[in-house]
Order: sequence, then structure tokens, then C-alpha cells
Amino acid sequence: MAEKFHLQIITPHRIFLDDKVERVIIRSTEGDFAILHDHIPMVTPLRIGKMTIINEGKSREAAMAGGFVHIDLDKTVVMLDAAEWPDEIDVNRAKKAKERAEDRLKNNHGNIDQIRAEIALNKALNRLNLVEKHK
Amino acid sequence: MAGLGMRDIKRRIKSVNSTKQITKAMELVSSAKLRKAKESLEKTRPYFTMMGETINEIIASTKGIKHEYLISREVKKTGYIVITADRGLCGGYNSNVIKKATSHMEDKERVSVIAIGQKGRDFFKKQNYDLDGEFVYVLENPTFITAQSIGNLSRELYKQQLVDEVYLVYTEFVSTISQKPKMVKLLPLEVEVGNSVLKDRDERMTYEPSPEAVLGYLIPKYIDSMIYGAMVESSASEQGARRVAMESATDNAEDMIDSLKLQYNRARQASITQEIAEIVGGAEALK
Repeated sequence: MAEKFHLQIITPHRIFLDDKVERVIIRSTEGDFAILHDHIPMVTPLRIGKMTIINEGKSREAAMAGGFVHIDLDKTVVMLDAAEWPDEIDVNRAKKAKERAEDRLKNNHGNIDQIRAEIALNKALNRLNLVEKHK
Repeated sequence: MAGLGMRDIKRRIKSVNSTKQITKAMELVSSAKLRKAKESLEKTRPYFTMMGETINEIIASTKGIKHEYLISREVKKTGYIVITADRGLCGGYNSNVIKKATSHMEDKERVSVIAIGQKGRDFFKKQNYDLDGEFVYVLENPTFITAQSIGNLSRELYKQQLVDEVYLVYTEFVSTISQKPKMVKLLPLEVEVGNSVLKDRDERMTYEPSPEAVLGYLIPKYIDSMIYGAMVESSASEQGARRVAMESATDNAEDMIDSLKLQYNRARQASITQEIAEIVGGAEALK
């Protein structure tokens, strides 16, 4: 059995996960990467995407919405804007957010709202994809 | 006349009693809201403290990195984000925060305020302070999105050099009966002295893609989460302060009713005694 490390996933609204795990795969701005026991200390921003937490040979997926990870010798802390297990995702809300964002993108040109709408669209699509996969 | 006095007292008892009912109801409402606010505070605190720790550690271990949010410049204008309540009737809550903020402000001309909460906005408007932004009715259910837009606004002001420092003034929730007004400096970011004990391993900390990029991403995030945390703390404090204020108002009303009732009974007794005396006097005269 692989050695475990202490992983904390924290969002502004709750502690999403606080456990010893074997491996976690998360999406940084540079691409997906896995964290195992004894990873070098590192800080890196994260992107919207899915993360996979592997423990006791079982893997669980969750949606994540931007943040950063702080890997240290004693523990790894993932700070996220939001995180959800697939069964927690509010599909209707995500669908509505997607429509709203698409609508905004159509009628808007190159300002801050466009960037925001793109982020919103990304988040919504990410959530919907994950739900779709776990149906 | 005793009769008139009695009627007056009765009227006062009635009015104090209806005030008591209102304060009692407000007490119950704010206890319910306090419970909710405390719950969300407990959920938020880990994020809030962890964010502070991480950013402190990173800044302490990346000394020498130049970032626009880290360099202090000559202060011509200071920005304050002041979090107050939207409503009154919560004891000294609002005035304590405002006092904390104004005692730090030196020159009115060199100050600009972002007011969160109606009470603070009204105060700073009336006193002719520069208001750069106002956010009202956002505290009952603080959302991260509001915090982000407040953060964006303050960063924008800082970038355009409209302000050279940004302070955040809020009320820390210690317990239901104790809330403490607090002020933290948001921009330019300073490492808390005492916390910056460098651990050896920090020298080896890697930053992907680069320390500058990480800080560029993290500092705005840190500011947003500080504001969000402050909003949650303040909203719990407000409910706590209001609950305590309403509780003592209800107690006072009860005391008042008690003493008024005593007065009323005395007056009643006096008038009865007088009446009997008059009857006896009258009967005596007829003999």
C-alpha cells in the first residue's frame, strides 16, 4: 500500500476534505499533476477542472473551481473557491449559469464582463461534465 | 388628582409593554440570525486563517521579489474599507467600528472610504468624507462574489494611485457578548512581524510557474478572502451585539413595568383610601 499524506481541501464555505490520502490529481495552470507522499514543498495556482482523490485503491472525483495548492512537508493544503462531489452539484443551477454566461458572451465584447462570463461558463461546463460522467 | 395619575401610569405601562414586545421579538430574531451567522463563521474561519498563514509564509520566504502590491510608496491618500451594519439598534456596534476608523484617519482630505453597510455610509456621507464605493444590504448573507467586487474596487483604486494604502476596518467576533473592532492593512501587503519566523524548508519552497506569477495570483485572492472573512465576522458580531442590546432593553422594560406597577398600585390604594375617608366623613356629617 502506498504511503499516505495529510490532505486538506478548504473552501470559503466549508472544509471539503481533511484526511490522509494516497494520491491526489489536480489541475494547475500548467496542467494536471499528481501529488504523492513526500512531494517537494511547492505552491502553485489551480485552474477550474476536476480533481481525483485516490485512497485505499478507490478513486473519487470532484469538481473544483480555481484556487491554489500549498504543499508542505507535513501536509498539503488545497484552497479552492468552491468544490463539490458529483452528487452535490446543482445541475439546474449549473445549466442556468451556462446559459447566462453564453448569453453574455454573445452580446458582449472584450471587457471585464467577458472574462467573467468565460470563467462562469468554464465553471458551469466543468460541473455539468462531471455530473454527466457520473450518471 | 389620583385618578388622572392612575390613568397616566396605566398608559405608560401599556406603552412600555408594547416596546418590550418589540425588543423581545427583535431579540428572538437576532438570536436566530446569530446562530446562522455563527455557523457560517465557523465554516469560513479555517479558510480565512489558512489563507493568512500561507500568504505570510510565502511573502516571508520570497523576500526580494518585486510586486506592485508589496512595494510601499509615499502616502498621499489612504483608503479605508469600513464594515458597519445596515441597521441600528445594536448597542455600540456601529459607533465602535466608526470610532476605530476615524481615530486612525488623520486628515479628512487625505482619506477615502469604501463603506460597507448603510450606517457607515450615512455617517461618512454626512461628514463629507470621500466615498469611493458603497455596498449596502450585503451583510446579512455575505457572499464571496461581493467580497470579490469590493476587492476589485480597492485594487483598482490602488493601481491607479488614487489611494496609496488600504486598510480594512471590521468587527471581530470573539463571543456573543464580546466583539472587538479591528483594523488590518491590506495594501501594500506587509508580513506580520513575529509570524515570519523562517523555517529552513521555506528556502526550498518551489513556485510554479514562478514566484511572481504565484504572488500575482495569490495576493488578490488573499485580499478577497480577507474581505470576505471580515464580512462574515462583522455580520456575526452585528447579530451578537444586537441580541445583547435587545436583551438588556427587554430587561430594562421589565424593570420599568415593575416599578410603574408599584406606582400604579400605590396610587390606586391612595385613591381608595381617600374615597373611604370621604364616605366616612360624609356619613359622619349626616349624623
